[in-house]
Amino acid sequence: MAKAKITFQDIEQTVNVPAGTRVIEVSEKIGAGIIYGCREGDCGTCMMHVEEGWNNLTEPSVLEEKVLKENMAGRHDRLACQAQILGDCSVKPT
Amino acid sequence: MSSEIDVSSHRDAVEFADGVYWIGALDPTLRTFDIILSTANGTSYNSYLVKGQDGVAIIDTVKENFSEEFFARLESEVEYKEIKAIILNHLEPDHTGALPELMRRAPDAKLYISQRATSMLKALLKPTGDGFEYTTVTTDDRISLGDRTLRFLHTPFLHWPDTQCTYLEEEGVLFSGDVFGCHYCDKRLFNDLVGDFRFSFDYYYAHIMRPFKKHVMDALKLIEPLKIKQIAPTHGPILRERPRRYVTHYRELSTSSLSREIGVAEQSLVIFYMSSYGNTARMAEAINEGANAIEGVRVSLYDLEGGETGPFVDLIEEADALLFGSPTINGDAVKPVWDLLSSLAVVNLKGKLGGAFGSYGWSGEAVAMIEDRMRGLKMRIPQQGLRIKLIPTEEELEECRAFGTAIAEEMVGKKQQKAVIDMADLA
Repeated sequence: MAKAKITFQDIEQTVNVPAGTRVIEVSEKIGAGIIYGCREGDCGTCMMHVEEGWNNLTEPSVLEEKVLKENMAGRHDRLACQAQILGDCSVKPT
Repeated sequence: MSSEIDVSSHRDAVEFADGVYWIGALDPTLRTFDIILSTANGTSYNSYLVKGQDGVAIIDTVKENFSEEFFARLESEVEYKEIKAIILNHLEPDHTGALPELMRRAPDAKLYISQRATSMLKALLKPTGDGFEYTTVTTDDRISLGDRTLRFLHTPFLHWPDTQCTYLEEEGVLFSGDVFGCHYCDKRLFNDLVGDFRFSFDYYYAHIMRPFKKHVMDALKLIEPLKIKQIAPTHGPILRERPRRYVTHYRELSTSSLSREIGVAEQSLVIFYMSSYGNTARMAEAINEGANAIEGVRVSLYDLEGGETGPFVDLIEEADALLFGSPTINGDAVKPVWDLLSSLAVVNLKGKLGGAFGSYGWSGEAVAMIEDRMRGLKMRIPQQGLRIKLIPTEEELEECRAFGTAIAEEMVGKKQQKAVIDMADLA
């Protein structure tokens, strides 16, 4: 299975994950500072900033784009409960 | 105190500044609001009307079953065709209950809401269909009623994401939504005439605004520079006599008291535990020792058996990290731990560090259950919890010390960077 590396910058920790893993699946286990609310892409609580590897996450859906806009997301912000890891990337809580 | 004002005896609008009217409703028999709040003498749903040369603005409405009273007061002063703007400072149903009917009666009125209110508005108006339009506004956006100017203040999370305040520049009236409000029902309407509502004001703050202290401080930065002659909240008395003191009081209520006791650079770690045979207590003491070894961390150790929930919640609110120790009894953490962990809705825990530990005899589920609860409360769990079977050995107590040290190091950012790890190795 293809692997990818995700780095959580706030705790300076890198994890090897199978490609396709959602950020939420790994960030809580590792104790990173991204915080979750509804866990289904509606509330915007888990917004994170993608420092590196923006193109190595799955594309945001129309619904995610809408929630990001409503929550005044900045450039390269994503919802950690929605984004899946396809290649190496580096993220931190917003 | 005698007063000529008695809004329960009529259904007219009440003018309290030039061309500014209260058109709300009293709910004196309500005893519980939103499940979590006791309302010893009921509440009020305050709605306001502002008249200008070019039209009328309605600011917030009332709970649905009080619509009749609201419309009667509105109709006593204006006709629906005069309404140019409907402003919603907060979309909770107790302020938007009459909105669909108001929009039906005043089809030419434009709706003004905050950006974050859009999805809530759609959810609220679901039963009436999609045929509505709105304009989103933010700080310093203004709408004009000719000789009157309404300016918006973006004040999110007081106490919902959508909340905003509206300021009538010419009269110095701040329509503050739930901010500066309280559940206190009095037909005399104004703070200089009603009974002693200090308890209700502070109680409302403690249950509604307290989890959002940071946002209160942000909002005060926008509110404090205003020339305020009156504050018109959506619940409780209109604050027309010395309104500024309520703004000052909000700042006091939102200011950390721990920072007066310990240095700004110092962080607070609070360890709570329950112990049946003294084993979890031994673990707690060893963790305390380990954490105390790290400079910059002030550690407090509390046995839940010897305290009450209220003061513990106060400690938790200002702590940077929290550890909970519980034995496992019948496959669960013990009730005093759950009692405290279920009393934290009034404080903000987002991003605080958490951890759990406990001695057990058979299966030791308590630790993982407490960790799950803390994650649900939006806390971060940097260290896997510590479980020890029955009586801790000296070696195991050393593990406890190391656990305390690791948590304290995490707090002050001294934790060693780990090598790359594999997801399969995570618990």
